[in-house]
Amino acid sequence: MTQKVIMGKKVGMTQIFAEDGKIIPVTVVETAPSVIVQIKDEARDGYKAIQLGFDVKREKHINKPEKGHFAKAEAAPTKVLKEFRVEDSGAYSLGQTFDLDQFAVGDKVDVTGTSKGHGFSSTIKLWNFRRGPMGHGSKNHRRPASAGAKGPARIFKGKKSPARYGNEKVTVQNLEVVKVIPENNVLLIKGAVPGAKKSVVIVKNAVKA
Amino acid sequence: MNLVDFVEQPYLRENIPPFRVGDTVKVHVKIKEGEKERIQVYEGVVIARKGKGATETFTVRRVSYNVGVERTFPVHSPKLEKIEISRRGKVRRAKLYYLRERTGKAARIKELRK
Repeated sequence: MTQKVIMGKKVGMTQIFAEDGKIIPVTVVETAPSVIVQIKDEARDGYKAIQLGFDVKREKHINKPEKGHFAKAEAAPTKVLKEFRVEDSGAYSLGQTFDLDQFAVGDKVDVTGTSKGHGFSSTIKLWNFRRGPMGHGSKNHRRPASAGAKGPARIFKGKKSPARYGNEKVTVQNLEVVKVIPENNVLLIKGAVPGAKKSVVIVKNAVKA
Repeated sequence: MNLVDFVEQPYLRENIPPFRVGDTVKVHVKIKEGEKERIQVYEGVVIARKGKGATETFTVRRVSYNVGVERTFPVHSPKLEKIEISRRGKVRRAKLYYLRERTGKAARIKELRK
């Protein structure tokens, strides 16, 4: 199976109506055709992959090494470069583009993005702990409370504690393509997609379809 | 134009009367029963209007057989045949949730006269 892949920016969510009047929640993803900037092969790089560029940036924002890198593929310089492993990198050629034509309505896709960062969050937000009582002199309102028994005289490994939350790579599998608007490079995907608005998301054909 | 608005545009209806909170409206709802489709009219007071674009909804309250019934419809839903304004109301709130605590005479809304 050939790999389908496109990069885009999450624009936001809305809802559209199906023909029978049912509401479909959709995420609007603004895409752009991605150009193959580099091809990695077994002999030189030790693995097979293609490198795609997304989100064109202006000439004045690139340095000379970058310029040379994009010039090899005669591609416009881009802000984002991402590698995708492929089974046979010889089947692709430099400058080849991936656009929205790959996707059709009803396709199942996996969407990868960077989740919203929540900063250093405590156990209620991060691990869905319950809070303590607010009254009766409790003082334990939103604290993690006990970290364990007195006996072992230590805290067990893996104890759920406050930590950085979010801002990590998240993939949502098997989302449905609801609508493709190639003229405007817009993809409508059923349901929610990881990340904040304007963040970069990668849409691929579903691995478990 | 904002891309979200652009995406919504084909789903927006154009023939929506400019009804407001406090108005009494007749909502013609398409109901599918097996193969047949018929239209049911639901009349009541608009007590809320929320959201914008394709996600906009309105809530219609009526009292039938002494039971308060509230139905919320998406304004742009294709299931709505049409919306008729039967009476304009004069109200001073955007949400008329206080009607839930009132019955009979107290739950009346003054008619708007221009």
